[in-house]
Amino acid sequence: MHELSVCQALVNQVVEIAQQNSAHTVQVITLHIGPLAGVEPALLVSAFPLAAAGTVAASAQLVIEPQPLRVHCQTCGADSEATPNRLLCGICGDYHTQLISGDELLLANLELIT
Amino acid sequence: MCDTCGCNVTPGNRHLAYKPVNGGTSAVSVLKKLLAHNDDQAAHNRAHFDTRGILTINLMSSPGSGKTALLEATIDALKDEFRLAVIEGDLETENDAARIRARGVPAYQITTGSACHLDAHMVHEALHHLDLSAVDILFIENVGNLVCPASFDLGQHRNVTLLSVTEGDDKPAKYPVMFRAADVVVLSKTDLLPVLDDFDPARAEQCLRQLASTVPLLPLSARKGQGMAAWYDWLRSELAAQRARVSAGQTVKPCIQPDGARLHAEVG
Repeated sequence: MHELSVCQALVNQVVEIAQQNSAHTVQVITLHIGPLAGVEPALLVSAFPLAAAGTVAASAQLVIEPQPLRVHCQTCGADSEATPNRLLCGICGDYHTQLISGDELLLANLELIT
Repeated sequence: MCDTCGCNVTPGNRHLAYKPVNGGTSAVSVLKKLLAHNDDQAAHNRAHFDTRGILTINLMSSPGSGKTALLEATIDALKDEFRLAVIEGDLETENDAARIRARGVPAYQITTGSACHLDAHMVHEALHHLDLSAVDILFIENVGNLVCPASFDLGQHRNVTLLSVTEGDDKPAKYPVMFRAADVVVLSKTDLLPVLDDFDPARAEQCLRQLASTVPLLPLSARKGQGMAAWYDWLRSELAAQRARVSAGQTVKPCIQPDGARLHAEVG
């Protein structure tokens, strides 16, 4: 539901960067989105044309690179894969873990035509 | 992790920063948070609060889990001890702000129309309708929604997520983004537990811990006045901590694993 707000923020940023680089068209927009970012990539892709209409990004291809979900265990020191609702250490099972990847919501890269 | 010093460049994304330029096409590495504009406004709001020594608490939960009832009980118990104010967020109606004002505390109602969450700009606009010079604790009651509000920083210092016992005890497993964002989880309406045979508080806590959350879980009933002392003590200690930060020239954002952010930076 909030993906349209996120898309509007994305388009504002992209338009700003395109202006700074004197670009007339944005060809590719690459995002990094982790499973715990709170944003659904498929909804973002469907909301994007609405937010981008009439801007230099109107015909841009939106590429979303999903990020792995990984945690670091404070108890045993291991790094392991996790799932969104089970962020326990994959090695010793402790819950004193820190997320090291998986909550990203980043505009990573743009390809511009100048 | 910030967008200026390059600490957000990690081994996983470093190649993006050095993409070659071909003909009329150029690649720009950005690595900016998508919600940077909202985050800038949130930082501005937080500076407003810190200048005045205000502690700002964002309440999030499903609709109907008892956020307003918790605020009503808190106002009755603490309004002589602290100066309180409330920003209410709903799609429509002034009903919740009216409930707060009836308790003798200033309240401003944001009606979002169809928006499913508050954002930092809406909160900033609301701040102009409150006298911040006379506030110790500002509560922001977010739109009832266990999904979207977790993604938008408003400038608050702490997030409180409510889970009422009339919901499922597996809510933290179903809505991990929201429950990970909590600095404290309130288990509300516990007076109803005797008539609900399908809600196990231990299972709710287990689902929360599986999100690697070590935050306090406070079982309480605002209507029956059960378990409220621990909630009031949490508020008192958070206000004391905020005042200590302000006098040291520091601030704090709701903690989604700050050490995790530090690890991101160390990798880069």
